[in-house]
Amino acid sequence: MLQIKNLHAKVGDKEILKGINLTINDGEIHAVMGTNGAGKSTLSNVIVGNPNYEVTEGSILFNGQDLLQMSPEERAQAGVFLSFQAPVEIPGVSMTNFMRAAVNARRQALGKEPLKSTDFLKLMREKRKLVEIDQKLMNRSVNEGFSGGERKRNEIFQMAMLDPTFCILDETDSGLDVDALRIVADGFNKLRTAETSAIVITHYQRLLDYIRPDFVHVLIDGRIVKEGTADLARQIEETGFDWIKEELV
Amino acid sequence: MKSEQQYIELYQEAASIIKAKSCPVMNAVRNEAFSTFQCLGFPSKKVERYKYTDVDAAFAPNYGISLSPLTVKPSSYIFNIKDAPIDVTPYYHRVADVTDAITALNTALVHETLLVYVPKNTVVEDPVVVDNYLRGTAATMMNRRVLIVMEQGAKATIVMNDKATDKQQYLTTQVVEVYCHDNATLDLYEIEETTPLCARFSNVYIREGRDCSVKHNVFTLFNGLTRNLCDVYLQGEHGEVTLNGCAIGSGSRHIDNNTLIHHQVPQCVSRECYKYVVDDKSVGAFAGKILVDKDAQKTSSHETNANLCASSDARMYTQPMLEIYADDVKCAHGSTVGVMDEAALFYMRQRGIPEDEARALLKNAFMGEVVDQVKNEALRQKLYVKVEKRFRGDFEKCEDCQLCKK
Repeated sequence: MLQIKNLHAKVGDKEILKGINLTINDGEIHAVMGTNGAGKSTLSNVIVGNPNYEVTEGSILFNGQDLLQMSPEERAQAGVFLSFQAPVEIPGVSMTNFMRAAVNARRQALGKEPLKSTDFLKLMREKRKLVEIDQKLMNRSVNEGFSGGERKRNEIFQMAMLDPTFCILDETDSGLDVDALRIVADGFNKLRTAETSAIVITHYQRLLDYIRPDFVHVLIDGRIVKEGTADLARQIEETGFDWIKEELV
Repeated sequence: MKSEQQYIELYQEAASIIKAKSCPVMNAVRNEAFSTFQCLGFPSKKVERYKYTDVDAAFAPNYGISLSPLTVKPSSYIFNIKDAPIDVTPYYHRVADVTDAITALNTALVHETLLVYVPKNTVVEDPVVVDNYLRGTAATMMNRRVLIVMEQGAKATIVMNDKATDKQQYLTTQVVEVYCHDNATLDLYEIEETTPLCARFSNVYIREGRDCSVKHNVFTLFNGLTRNLCDVYLQGEHGEVTLNGCAIGSGSRHIDNNTLIHHQVPQCVSRECYKYVVDDKSVGAFAGKILVDKDAQKTSSHETNANLCASSDARMYTQPMLEIYADDVKCAHGSTVGVMDEAALFYMRQRGIPEDEARALLKNAFMGEVVDQVKNEALRQKLYVKVEKRFRGDFEKCEDCQLCKK
């Protein structure tokens, strides 16, 4: 599904990613853990094509396509989805209109007709239940007046609406209480198919109790320095990153 | 030769023809208005209220003057001033600022006036619609005059559409005089959908008596060069006025709104909100003055001008002004100029929304506030659609248009 090779990226003059190699096959969940500032969010931003990040070297292939040559919207339409760490407010653009534009753009890319209004509203209703998000929020502007938890649920709701094949959850657990975390994680698990792959970026084991990773990667100073299975995440939860850093020296 | 010279000569040649086609009430002030114009000439950019628009350049082309007659559809409230059911002498060229050069030129050259007259305590349910279509085969100058007289307790909605579709140069001068007697209510809408070849100079003057409520909404959706002036004189206690403006610029379009709200008596309320979205190389200008006389105590006034520069080549000039001589008033004014919210734009693109579409959605969201203010439900819905369509495509961006090429 996704092959990242020798990826280097910078923000302004600062090099953040210093040669990332990562291969994700269909249906796999990869957890990315690491210290603050290690480059986890940069990695997710580069994959989705945030123009604030510049790729200086390396390649990303998505189902054989050169992802770095595609615009952010083309990547999204092809099935790449980022659950933002800090979703922004868009005053004046209603959730409904926003979702309609997004769903129909994805459908168009797949060669499908735009959804009829009634079918669209039905889809909204159905997916809303999945993450237990209130109808009232749908009449508001995108994320405007949403609590931290509601914003994160809204991200998973959008994921449900767009049916992506590759998802990045960027600290989706931060700011969520235990119940909200369960709802969001359950929502994600229900949406998963045998083909869906994901990168789960987190600082804590908690989320990984709900979303079981197949592989765990530790990112320190722009490089993946250790890889393992779910056990590695548990080990980090107990002992921190210091022992990994010591191994590096 | 400065541009005014050709208009001075035009008047000297055509005055007798214009007078013959016109009527006594208009002819009575014509010569004096011409003298005023001859004396003032076109205002240069040094004249405070004209500093953002090059008037001389706009009037420089050699236009033929249109003397075609008004078509007045039979209606109880719309008249050719020749057939006025009332004596209009107390209103015609009395509401306007006679020292303004454009108003003076219009008064000298205009041969017909459209009168909207709503009698005492009459409530006009359906909007009164005035359509101006610019058509012709040669570069043409149109001088348009409208007089609106609202008698005591009268209530009406007036919609003035300004349209042009031909690829032809048009220059329009317009003077709208509004006189609201006590307790009158008026919603006045002006919607411009012309082309990059059009230049429009519009001067609107509104005088309000006691307990009046006036809303003026001006939408510049498509245009070439537009300079709208709106002056409001609050002359009776408990008067209210709301000025709303929506200006959308793209290509090399130029939109200049200049307003004055003059609180002359106590206890009046004024609200003003103009919003601009300027894209490409377009230029927007807003200057709005709230003037509060010494005796106009308990005035409440609020003025905002919010602007979105959607490209780095677009320019926005903003000048909100308060001039207060009373000591017991509540006045606020402010303006903002911002750029597109890049974070919001990226968020939308990450959801698969194409960049152009995302930009259109953001611009539309920004302008929504102005359209929300439109009271008439049917018109509001129509304007939502028009504004949204406007942001989706500038179909006026023609290859052979002279203004875009500049």
